[in-house]
Amino acid sequence: MKTPAGGQLSLWKPSRRWSGPGLIVVVLAFAIVFPQQIAQDNIWNLFFLMSLGITMGQSWNMLGGFAGQTSLGHAGFFGIGALVTRTLWLHGTPFILALVVGGVATATFAMIIGAPTFRLRGAYFAIGTLAVAEVLRITVAQNRPFISTMPGDMIASYSLPARYWVALALAVVTTGAAYLLLRSRWSLGILGVREDEEAAQASGVHVLRHKLLALALSALFMGLAGGVFAFKQISYYPEAPFLPTFTFEAMMIAYIGGVGTVAGPVIGGAFFVFVRERLAANLTDVHQVIFGVLFILVVLIFPGGLLEIWERLRRLATRRQQGGPRASGPSPEEEGL
Amino acid sequence: MSAFMQTLVWGIFAGAIYGIAAMGLALVFGVLKILNIAHGELVMLGGYVGFWAFTALGWDPFLALILVIPATFVLGIVLDRVIYRYVVRLWGEEKIKNSLLVSFGLGLVLSNLAQWVFTGDERSVQPSYAGQGLDVYGVLMPYTRLATLGIVLVVTVALHLFLRKTYPGKAILATAEDYESAELAGINIDRVYMLTFALSAALAGIAGQFVTFTYALAPSIGMFWTLKAMIVIVLAGTGSILGALPAGLVLGVVEALSGAYLAQTYKELVGLVIFLLVVIIRPQGLFVRK
Repeated sequence: MKTPAGGQLSLWKPSRRWSGPGLIVVVLAFAIVFPQQIAQDNIWNLFFLMSLGITMGQSWNMLGGFAGQTSLGHAGFFGIGALVTRTLWLHGTPFILALVVGGVATATFAMIIGAPTFRLRGAYFAIGTLAVAEVLRITVAQNRPFISTMPGDMIASYSLPARYWVALALAVVTTGAAYLLLRSRWSLGILGVREDEEAAQASGVHVLRHKLLALALSALFMGLAGGVFAFKQISYYPEAPFLPTFTFEAMMIAYIGGVGTVAGPVIGGAFFVFVRERLAANLTDVHQVIFGVLFILVVLIFPGGLLEIWERLRRLATRRQQGGPRASGPSPEEEGL
Repeated sequence: MSAFMQTLVWGIFAGAIYGIAAMGLALVFGVLKILNIAHGELVMLGGYVGFWAFTALGWDPFLALILVIPATFVLGIVLDRVIYRYVVRLWGEEKIKNSLLVSFGLGLVLSNLAQWVFTGDERSVQPSYAGQGLDVYGVLMPYTRLATLGIVLVVTVALHLFLRKTYPGKAILATAEDYESAELAGINIDRVYMLTFALSAALAGIAGQFVTFTYALAPSIGMFWTLKAMIVIVLAGTGSILGALPAGLVLGVVEALSGAYLAQTYKELVGLVIFLLVVIIRPQGLFVRK
């Protein structure tokens, strides 16, 4: 195989070293400037939901993508965060303090539940978490059957941009935490547990400790997301954030973007929420059906999500450029590139 | 005493439906080695077929079974060909994980499609003889519930005979035991998986038909029935297909008793808590000798 003409390529190709940070700055600047320029409620709302979606996706991804523990009960964490934050906040605690307490409470709950449920493997862990979330949902529905509404003075001073800034900050912090987690020494153990639990254990990884770390971080950020939800909704049934839909959305966002990566949930969250809001405007019930089908396709055909699809397209394009007309077809020898 | 007996009898009647719903899930779990979260949605769709037979054709709910069973059987074949076939091909941990994800997505698709087609209204079917029944020393046994229990027993025995005595049944058991050896022995395991999934869907359909005149039918009931079936198969011990019936009866009775003596509102919780305890303390199930 001929070596590609490196000099020619580097002439037009931007330095890869700065493309990552550059992209982050551009995206962040867009997320900060664009809604302020448009300054319409539906745009604030859309960007709020995107930020919340990114946070939820990152949270699910920390446990499901990095540590490989499929959770079907993340709605339980979301709900606890919402419940604790809302209760404290409406009783006069400053919001930020209430939010932090809500997140910490969720993580604490997850640790208490985590130690026994991690004795379960694979399918049992997934349905165990589903059962825990349902237990919580039913208990909350029985004990707090009435709708929770903000008092009048809070509604009077309600500001949507303030909600968005909190949600955006949380999304940035969560994404940063996911990046740092993946960069840390801990990630080796966590990824090892995902790839092969026995082998990881045999090479001296404390499996339970790594699983619990992933769970605690995941629950913390899901709880914070729930708290932000409680901050934004003017009124809702206390049972609502415990609904399995939230588990599904978090999982979908991680999978559609690219499970097990840091960029995946960001792309997935923006894409999922944008398309959902578009569809919800025109076709009310059908958007769940469309996403369900898309999700099944991603799991079965493109397990790497949108990132994988993008990568495949990019590889196809560069191969065409390098190989000339004769090598334009996909050739198995080049798969390893 | 009579009140206690009555509660017990209601529990057994409810448990019979749990049992047959769980039997289908246990069959798929035992043979295909995947967990079908969309099982409850199959129960729901079976219920709608029966509801349609009752309202549009005016059929008796028990007669409608001859329509519900083939309809859900065919639906099972379709789902297996379109989706589950690709999941079964995967390996070990990856297989069970992807089956959870895919069936979770499928459940969402089916319940939202049902919502779209049948609307979210709660429906139920009441045959003319719904109020009548036997009175045994003060314990009331409605004919509909007795017939339900009878049909569940007949189906269980029939399934047992099918699995033990017929060639396709033995092929299913052999595949459950060791699919590689089964394939080497000349069994078409792809066909076996399809048949198993279709049988499971038909069992879910029968359960769904019982739901139409015992409980309420709505597009959102799927998760409820999936969880019930999961609780039952964990009680029965995974891999035990016919053990689902006694385990279902146990769950029904425990729920009825706790509903009567603790609090009606916490009836649902009892099953889930038992489920978590069993999974953590005795993962091999209650009815499996180790």
